[in-house]
Amino acid sequence: MIKIQNVSKSFGSLDVLHDISTEIGRGDVVAIIGPSGSGKSTLLRCMNLLETPTKGTIVIDGQAITDPKADVMRIRQKIGMVFQHFHLFPHMSVLDNLTYAPVKVKGLSKAAAEAKARELLARIGLSNKADVFPNRLSGGQKQRVAIARSLAMEPQIMLFDEPTSALDPEMVKEVLDVMKGLADTGMTMAIVTHEMNFAREVADRICFLDGGRLVEDAPPSEFFVNPKSERAKQFLEKML
Amino acid sequence: MSLDFAQIVPYIPFIVNGIKVTLQVTLLSVVFGFIWGSLLALIKISNIRLLKGFAVAYTSVFRGTPLILQLTFVYFATPQITGYNISAFEAAVLTFTLNSGAYISETIRGGIMAVDKGQWEAAKALGVPYRKMMTDIILPQAVKNILPALVNETIALLKESALVSTIGLADIMQNANIVKGTIFRYFEPYLLAGLLYYVMVMLLTWVARVLERRMRRSD
Repeated sequence: MIKIQNVSKSFGSLDVLHDISTEIGRGDVVAIIGPSGSGKSTLLRCMNLLETPTKGTIVIDGQAITDPKADVMRIRQKIGMVFQHFHLFPHMSVLDNLTYAPVKVKGLSKAAAEAKARELLARIGLSNKADVFPNRLSGGQKQRVAIARSLAMEPQIMLFDEPTSALDPEMVKEVLDVMKGLADTGMTMAIVTHEMNFAREVADRICFLDGGRLVEDAPPSEFFVNPKSERAKQFLEKML
Repeated sequence: MSLDFAQIVPYIPFIVNGIKVTLQVTLLSVVFGFIWGSLLALIKISNIRLLKGFAVAYTSVFRGTPLILQLTFVYFATPQITGYNISAFEAAVLTFTLNSGAYISETIRGGIMAVDKGQWEAAKALGVPYRKMMTDIILPQAVKNILPALVNETIALLKESALVSTIGLADIMQNANIVKGTIFRYFEPYLLAGLLYYVMVMLLTWVARVLERRMRRSD
């Protein structure tokens, strides 16, 4: 589904990603972990072209998105993204946050978009918040709404950029539960996270980045029990 | 000191009548100036080199020369250059639009830059095209942030509109001038004119406060 081939990214003279190659199959859940500054977020952001790779190609669903002629807007419609700081639209109600893109971008009718939005809100347990503004929500609720907003576009892939890092500890679980539920539906997911237990439990594969390099790419059973690299061992000792 | 308000009583309606012109010039210029300023601001944050250069130079010229000169220039030079006999009212609205557009564009540009980068990214990630992103996501938030500055600009414009009296437009100021010339008294007509401006500014301030409170409901 996502094929990353020899991707490098530098900001000016700063090299953030070095020659990364990996693949995410349909329905796979891949957790991208590593120390801060290792390039995890940048790699994720390359997958929907919020960052443009300096070198290499990314192929999604058979289409090379790194091709300069690629229709970026169309590609992004197929890829949902959830941010660390939610980035809900503060001047729209929760319902409008969910219906905006389907109506304005995909051309769905208002009624159809609203029906879909209400169904999603029910799924994340926030039906009663449809008409409130985002500032009335807790961090966990905001993030669940942000997930629902992405899902409203019916994406084929979901990207999560540290979705629980900005949350109070007691709100982490409600967000992870929604993500778990999503993984169970067979959604293809790439998740940058520091939640090791979640990664171990939900991910099919772990990509461990360090210094912009993909150091390990293994199933959690292997990675957490028997990391091959010294860096991964050190990292896990600190995290677990 | 001799004050005689009885003398200007018959002329009060005449001076008050100037409100119409003052308000027309101000409101039209604010609305057009806002549209023109928004366009300039969008050009300034765009990547189109040539247009960007124009917008920057434009702003520089209109902020760097006196308003009264711009007004005189537009009113008297337009017929000379184009042959079109521009009316005083047209000249006034045009000049104030061009001038306030320059100021407003900087305010709006600042407001746009102040919108959280995450809002742009969230919109992009949803596949929202640039134009819709600007009109639906970024500008509404920018305008909310700069509303107080926009009100200040409107208030400044309302007061500066008194300059249109120099090209003979019958606004509050000009009508006060006329009354002065008729009854040969300065204090009373200008006091009334000042009072009218002050009341309008206060009203505007009040409207702005109500508006701002309404827009803040999502904070």
